[in-house]
Amino acid sequence: MQGSTIDPSKTVLNYHHAVETAHGHSEHPDHRLTGVIVFLIAESMIFLGLFSAYLAFRVTAPVWPPDGTPRLELLLPGINTIILISSSFVAHNADTAIKKNDVKGLRKWFAITALMGVIFLTGQLYEYHHLEFGLTTNIFASTFYVLTGFHGLHVTFGVVLLLGVLWRSLKADHYSSEHHFGVEAAELYWHFVDVVWIVLFLLLYIL
Amino acid sequence: MLIGIVLTLVSIWYGQNHGLMPVAASKEAPLVDGLFNTMMTISTGLFILVQGVLIISAIKFRRRRGDEADAEPVHGNIPLEILWTAIPAILVLGISIYSFDVYNEMGGIDPMNHSMAHGKSEKSVAHMPGAAIAATLPAASEPLSTGMTASASDPSASSQPIASSNIGIGSTPEQQNSPTELTVNVAGLQYAWIFTYPDTGVVSGELHVPLGREVLLNITANDVLHAFWVPEFRLKQDAIPGRQSELSFTPSKEGEYPVICAELCGAYHGAMRTKVVVHSASDYDAWITSQQVASAEGLQQAIATSAVDQSVDQFLSPFVQSIGVQPDQLTQLHPAAGHYHPAS
Amino acid sequence: MTQAQLQEDANLLASDSEHHKPNWREYFGFSTDHKVIGIQYLVTTFLFYLVGGALAAAVRTELATPEVDFVSRELYNSLFTVHATVMIFLWIVPATTGGFGNFLVPLMIGARDMAFPRLNAIAFWLIPPGGLLLLSSFLVGAPASGWTSYPPLSLVSGKPGEFIWILSVLLLGTSSILAAVNFLVTIVKMRVAGMGFNDMPLFCWAMMATSALALIATPVLAGALILLSFDLIAGTAFFNPTGGGDPIVYQHLFWFYSHPAVYIMILPVFGMISEILPVHARKPIFGYKAIAYSSLAISFLGLIVWAHHMFTSGTPPWLRMFFMFTTMVIAVPTGIKVFSWLATLWGGKLNLNSALLFAMGFVSMFVVGGISGVMVAAVPFDIHVHDTYFVVAHLHYVLFGGSVFGIYAGFYHWFPKMTGRMMNETLGKIHFALTFIGFNLAFMPMHKLGLEGMNRRVAEYDPKFATLNLICTIGTYILAVSTFPFIYNAISSWLSGPKAGNNPWRALTLEWMTTSPPPVENFDQDPILVVGPYDYGMGDRATNVDVPFSDPREPVLAAGPNSALRADPDPSVAAHPDDR
Repeated sequence: MQGSTIDPSKTVLNYHHAVETAHGHSEHPDHRLTGVIVFLIAESMIFLGLFSAYLAFRVTAPVWPPDGTPRLELLLPGINTIILISSSFVAHNADTAIKKNDVKGLRKWFAITALMGVIFLTGQLYEYHHLEFGLTTNIFASTFYVLTGFHGLHVTFGVVLLLGVLWRSLKADHYSSEHHFGVEAAELYWHFVDVVWIVLFLLLYIL
Repeated sequence: MLIGIVLTLVSIWYGQNHGLMPVAASKEAPLVDGLFNTMMTISTGLFILVQGVLIISAIKFRRRRGDEADAEPVHGNIPLEILWTAIPAILVLGISIYSFDVYNEMGGIDPMNHSMAHGKSEKSVAHMPGAAIAATLPAASEPLSTGMTASASDPSASSQPIASSNIGIGSTPEQQNSPTELTVNVAGLQYAWIFTYPDTGVVSGELHVPLGREVLLNITANDVLHAFWVPEFRLKQDAIPGRQSELSFTPSKEGEYPVICAELCGAYHGAMRTKVVVHSASDYDAWITSQQVASAEGLQQAIATSAVDQSVDQFLSPFVQSIGVQPDQLTQLHPAAGHYHPAS
Repeated sequence: MTQAQLQEDANLLASDSEHHKPNWREYFGFSTDHKVIGIQYLVTTFLFYLVGGALAAAVRTELATPEVDFVSRELYNSLFTVHATVMIFLWIVPATTGGFGNFLVPLMIGARDMAFPRLNAIAFWLIPPGGLLLLSSFLVGAPASGWTSYPPLSLVSGKPGEFIWILSVLLLGTSSILAAVNFLVTIVKMRVAGMGFNDMPLFCWAMMATSALALIATPVLAGALILLSFDLIAGTAFFNPTGGGDPIVYQHLFWFYSHPAVYIMILPVFGMISEILPVHARKPIFGYKAIAYSSLAISFLGLIVWAHHMFTSGTPPWLRMFFMFTTMVIAVPTGIKVFSWLATLWGGKLNLNSALLFAMGFVSMFVVGGISGVMVAAVPFDIHVHDTYFVVAHLHYVLFGGSVFGIYAGFYHWFPKMTGRMMNETLGKIHFALTFIGFNLAFMPMHKLGLEGMNRRVAEYDPKFATLNLICTIGTYILAVSTFPFIYNAISSWLSGPKAGNNPWRALTLEWMTTSPPPVENFDQDPILVVGPYDYGMGDRATNVDVPFSDPREPVLAAGPNSALRADPDPSVAAHPDDR
């Protein structure tokens, strides 16, 4: 390995030997999960941009929310929040299940997660329907709808991901304790959507 | 060594004699020019140094025909790295401090205590009714928002001479020693500037200001963003719809200078220009009077104009006297500042 | 044995056979080969560069005289708006990161391809629709509120065009984010065994810094544009003061991306210059580590300077002072790079070919842009020159004198690797001379115009500025003409230039250790690092090299092989482990 004279062929052999022992396999290593994490950084920056816009409007406005904005009901969004947060734990059970090669467990837990996501979205739409302000009522209403709507879009996409994983899991041996990138990615995305909602809920409803 | 001396001399000479700036027509302009000249001196030195090294390298270190060998392997040198990290760092720090100082002297940062000499205050304040901007502005500028939102007789404003950077000089009648500011409201719209003199009710498409007296512009816009720029004053401030921004300056040279809109505001942006005329004090008074007569004739608003006339008479007569006596110290000496109130 | 021979011999196995050349059809299809994608990027973006250049020529033609005589005022505003958008989003950003980044990064780190080849192809295929969409806006009334699209003007001047602009920039931004994800994962995870971070080629460092910046900043622009489009279409009032909104918030969000965008455009070029200079000066890069880490410093500082574009806008004084200081500090890492490049050239054996000429032209012109950059960072001075031709001059010295000169240097340097053919040197030198003269004629007078009082984005101006403007316009025409020798050179050399061989420049980085053009999957065997990426001049260990300012025993004072600033290849595979 550390010959000070140059012997290309020898170095090459040594090198390949090193690779095989170090990595155990010489296929293309799987970097997809890293990719998902890096992509989620970008996603969180969009939300961060929208949040800071919201805060800027809030700080510069004389009265917040502007006069005439009805108070937001807390009960329904509160229940919705609890549902979404607990769905993250449910989704994690699926991950634990597939790590034990339990595809049925994966299906069960992901189905429940997706269902909770749908309930959340329904609750969100119900809230939209019963709010007394529309998108263009005032600046608070506009930021409210854009932030929750953009988040809702992400939840919808998360549900689609979950259903996609469920669909694929119907194929025998598609996911195993060794290979389950799809499960991990969907779960990670779901956690992300969840964390964003917590921040959003605090900003819009509580503060 | 010799090269270094020559380089320094050339830089200093060019830094002082570049002739790139237009006439300086406000008290703030020489400050900006001083900063620019300093930066120009440093820049010239750096420019010649870098281009010199490039040219010398290109000539002296050219590869000779047939020479296929590599050059000496110099990988780096830490003392040298430290040197060329430290020197720019110090230069940059110096320029920052100098800029800060100039900005402060122009009145951009609130002066720490009362200063007659201060010329310009420039600051943007949210103008939406009762704006809660105070939270985001430094403490020193709080009187400003109180001045805007609270009543005119706010005592805190009178106790602090920085009130001169505030919105209304009329709000502090007991403040005898503060510089007299001429307040002009400026509104940008597609594609013109409208100047309103609240003291006299004059509305004009051109800005007329008296020589040597501090002028405070309250700038806003009616439709889109504009920017008020007078190159000869070296001053610029965006006009922002829904917000009010301020610009104050002291004209120091009589003449006519262009007022340019410097923020893209639509198709006729390039045509959105007018002029600022710096008059002697007497010419300025004559102009104000002529404008008032014109507007009185035009509008037939007898009551309004007579009221305005009166307050202007009150205000202008002592003013003219002072200017005759000591034009330079007009702002300091002006005794009658408290006698007039804005058009209200 | 020179270092280049050492490196090549060790890698004979990596490049031993003749490979089929990629079919020309691949270049028009959904190829997942990073080299094909890289060339797709370069050719596509160059076409957009020509479009952007034509728009610039139209703008300058209008400005040749003080009156409005060539195009209408409305069209004029659209011309410079689309010119800027095309040049930034369809030329410099995708050409440097997408084009050179894609082609070079996997080769330089000894990888077979990017981490996500399909994602890579998708990122590229967002570019042509995005660009054509933008250009199609001329059919319905192109956007006319500047590339900054400040509301409220952008909300009232031509909705369809503005909406198309937003869509197109969102598409291009998505492409940029996807590419950034790909680069980060590739560089962090896929370096060949033995290549630590500290012996990556500097271009990879630059691409890492750039990608991090694009990843963090671009989404914020997306957020701003989403809000802007709601204002435009749905009637909200985020940026409309009449509805309680605030146009300044848009400016903050916009510049939070668009200032880093400048570094996204210049950092990869810094990296390319750091590759090109040592090869043609036959000398190691001076201060490898200083250059590498200064890229990261610039990328970090680049995120906290955005409000210097808003010194005359609604920015409170303390914020102006803060952003003035951070902006000035950026001059320090930038200065480190410039001085390191000069020191790399100094004492070298410069092979003054087109690549090196453009690289030196880059250093020379970029310095002007850098100096005026420090000037405009000073708040009192910026208040005078903001939104004037001084700023136009500054930004073109950075983006044209900097980025575009660098891109040309990259074309001349890597053309042999990309096509397997050499470019014509004479035409290259003519190209350089015309570009250099035309560029300075076009943009140097703008400094004076701005200081004297000419504002930017105007179709008509004070007649006293006529002479200088005419000079600028003539310079622009020379610049336009200067591209013809290049285009002819590129096409004719690609078709019938002399064969280049694997390593015509005797360079050491891994992209030269394979065939030209490289085969699919790049290397037959994983390449080996025998020497560091910049170990020029250390070939024959028998002769003692005599290095100035050097203390061989003390790494802190050493300038030669023991320098603490040198790149450090893995000792287990190095040719001279005692040096490491």
